[in-house]
Amino acid sequence: MAKAIKVDNLSKAYQLGDFGTGTISRDLERYWARLRGKEDPFLKIGETNDRTTKGESDVVWSLKDLNFEIEQGDAVGIIGRNGAGKSTLLKILSRVTSPTTGTIKVKGRIASLLEVGTGFHPELTGRENIYLNGAILGMRKAEIKRKFDEIVDFSGVERYIDTPVKRYSSGMYVRLAFAVAAHLESEILIVDEVLAVGDAEFQKKCLGKMGDVSKGEGRTVLFVSHNMEAVSNLCNTGLLLNNGEIAFSGTTYDTIAKYSVVADEIFKSKITDHALSPDVKVDLFEIDKSEIITGNDLAFNLTISCTTNNNFQSVAIFIYDEYDQKVSFADLRSNDLFAVSAIKNKINISGSLLHLPYLPGKYKIGLHVQSNLLLKDFFGLLHFEVLQKPMTDDILPYPLHVRGRTEIDYNFTIK
Amino acid sequence: MTETDEYWDLEIKPKSSLFDLKLKDVWSYRDLLLLLVHRDFVSFYKQTILGPVWFFVQPVITIIVYNLIFSNLAGIKTDDIPGPVFYLAGTIIWNYFAECLTKTSTVFKDNSAMLGKVYFPRLIMPLSIVFSNLIRFGVQLILFVVLLLYYMLSGYHIAPNIYIALFPFLILMIAALGLGLGMIISAATTKYRDLAFVVSFGVPLLMYTTTVIYPLSEVIKKYPAYSWLIKFNPLTAVIETCRYGFLGKGAFSWDLLLYSSAVTIVILFTGIVIFNKVEKTFVDTV
Repeated sequence: MAKAIKVDNLSKAYQLGDFGTGTISRDLERYWARLRGKEDPFLKIGETNDRTTKGESDVVWSLKDLNFEIEQGDAVGIIGRNGAGKSTLLKILSRVTSPTTGTIKVKGRIASLLEVGTGFHPELTGRENIYLNGAILGMRKAEIKRKFDEIVDFSGVERYIDTPVKRYSSGMYVRLAFAVAAHLESEILIVDEVLAVGDAEFQKKCLGKMGDVSKGEGRTVLFVSHNMEAVSNLCNTGLLLNNGEIAFSGTTYDTIAKYSVVADEIFKSKITDHALSPDVKVDLFEIDKSEIITGNDLAFNLTISCTTNNNFQSVAIFIYDEYDQKVSFADLRSNDLFAVSAIKNKINISGSLLHLPYLPGKYKIGLHVQSNLLLKDFFGLLHFEVLQKPMTDDILPYPLHVRGRTEIDYNFTIK
Repeated sequence: MTETDEYWDLEIKPKSSLFDLKLKDVWSYRDLLLLLVHRDFVSFYKQTILGPVWFFVQPVITIIVYNLIFSNLAGIKTDDIPGPVFYLAGTIIWNYFAECLTKTSTVFKDNSAMLGKVYFPRLIMPLSIVFSNLIRFGVQLILFVVLLLYYMLSGYHIAPNIYIALFPFLILMIAALGLGLGMIISAATTKYRDLAFVVSFGVPLLMYTTTVIYPLSEVIKKYPAYSWLIKFNPLTAVIETCRYGFLGKGAFSWDLLLYSSAVTIVILFTGIVIFNKVEKTFVDTV
């Protein structure tokens, strides 16, 4: 297979804090060093881009010594935590900014979709914006004209095509913008998280279109997303970035698996000493696993306390999905709860959530607390992820959007 | 196939040669240039009642004010040319230059949202400014010609001559000067924004160093020792030549025009080189 992209020793340094080195004299010193072909005296090599610790120099390496190759026709999912360098990599690939060191060699035309609707002008009509946006993305006018009907059709805003886009709803705006971008004819397509917009139906349509692009048309796709489902549906290989370096590259499945290890800090499965209000706090709230498979149980342990002896009238655990839709509510009210909270200011509740019927995806756990002092929902306390149940007989699971909201247990016989 | 003879369409490197101006890239994006100009023109008068008429309002009011203050009140001579035509000739040229300069000088800042998300030859952006303003200039030129004809028919002594033929070349010079200076300033302001302030109050003041509201002949007459200061401004030769061609009055000399052309070429070239150098990483600093 021919290579589409070859990256050699790619690094990118960013200046922290104020731009310039702070003083003109240091800037001049820097310039003078560069003029003589010396190393930049204020760039320290060797520090990694770990944002949580304070580095010694105020220059960070957003990307460090990246080397990889991408084959033609591959759909590559680039994943990693926030700040891992994904966006920087895409910016360099799409030539928005240039690398500090290293080279990238590319075969074919690159179209990048770092943001949909770039350069849309609110005063212009949908029609005018299609042409303008298309040209910004690198299409010739004749090319846009040829695809115009297709674009309008895909966006579904035909009726408003001669209305200024400032009168569009935000959904229409985004749909039109994506439609233009999706019809770019380029050998390489770079997409950054654009699917986080629009309603579910349109997202599906976008994913479908991108699938066509990579599988049907044999174009190379680089896709950055935090949506692991989208990545695993679309991509055949993965690239995991961590602190500006390549942590792993391989099949999508393996890469995502490695990512969940890296991401464990984000998928909190335990919190301690978490104040809910000045008077009420969660001493401990934990679940026993950060990943379960559909149908598994999840054990929890909750200790909640209050400054005064305080009647907890209600405590409930609720679970909601990544679209912030509440999916379950476990009511923990009982006579025991009322009795214990009447005499103690610290109560412990432990138990299990049984046979969770969730589709694969990320879920968050919140607490509903009602007491003399408080009546409130607390979101995003814990996180866990539901993984796909292994399939038998080498059958691939259906994509999530056709599978409804919950998974049920069932059996069947075939004669 | 060994690595050395593999063919790559594009190589992204930290630095490119100083004189790699990527003009071929610009040419392949010419449709974008046209669409940006169209955008600027259309969005200018969207949701206005008078529409493109607004292109006329500003110069008309300007020359009325100039005529009242500089001609009637201060009594500055206008080379025996009726005030309105005299001022209009200078004003539309100066405005074209000033617009190109100020808009280009903030091009990175104004378009950072767009430039930070998608690649196209950055030079397209300042070029679109120059062309958009050229349309505006063209519209105002119609006003000038109408006024000129009116005064000629009313019997004033105005004698357009063969030097009108230099006009397209003069336009090119104004555009190049505005573009070149603007690009130099825009490159400088991505890091230190101080220059932007200088531009905002400096450009209106700069107008007085060229012959917009007075003829060069008047300066030579009154302050012969300082007239070089005015001639030093490359726009002086442009405006004077233009007046000479259209109105038959003005201090025209090939030497001065040649000097201005040389300065223009140097500024334009410097501008493009600096601009190309900065465009690669301005996203990180702007």
